[in-house]
Amino acid sequence: MIEILYFAWVRERIGLPRERIETGAATVAELVDELRAREDRYAAAFADLRALRVAVDQELAGFDAPLAGVREVAFFPPMTGG
Amino acid sequence: MAVRLEAAAFDPGAELNAFAAGVPGAGAVVSFTGIVRDVAAGLIAMEIEHYPGMTERAIAAIAEEARGRWSLSDLMVIHRFGQLGPGEAIMMVATAAPHRADAFAASEFLMDYLKSRAPFWKKEVTRGGAGWVAARDEDEAALTRW
Repeated sequence: MIEILYFAWVRERIGLPRERIETGAATVAELVDELRAREDRYAAAFADLRALRVAVDQELAGFDAPLAGVREVAFFPPMTGG
Repeated sequence: MAVRLEAAAFDPGAELNAFAAGVPGAGAVVSFTGIVRDVAAGLIAMEIEHYPGMTERAIAAIAEEARGRWSLSDLMVIHRFGQLGPGEAIMMVATAAPHRADAFAASEFLMDYLKSRAPFWKKEVTRGGAGWVAARDEDEAALTRW
């Protein structure tokens, strides 16, 4: 099981802040493909990966990051702090 | 070194005075305060979303990096989340150092990284509707100078 978190407009587009899913995905990119195939709202949220950032276990990562042993993956738009 | 992530409003002047009082040996204190600006459409509120857990870790890592790069006596970061009104302080950084060059550089570094590498997302609620603030290319480009 892996915990998936969504923030900002990604959360709004998917309609959930977080969910736990069972996945066989080996990488973040494979997880994105699984999510996209679920429903239109996921396909819409993940339509353009250049507009998204990903964190794996609370560290910024690339879409090629492996998921072995990972507990938490978060998807969000570029950050706007400060 | 103080890093605070909080919903409540803070008084930047009082924070700066308290910070400066805690570093009597430093010859230089630099601070920056980010304030919610009004927009043409009439801002009702600024909503700041964050990633509990990761946000604290990211800010702490950025602060540690600053301490490693410059000779600092102390530093402070305060960042708010939740709903803020126009004119309210969003965040503040302060750095204290024996010499001003280190204090200025470290403050700018902290600001550049907090903008683009700490997980916060701003949403503007105006009379015309609500929308997420888009990240600016200049903010990403600013990181390359460090």
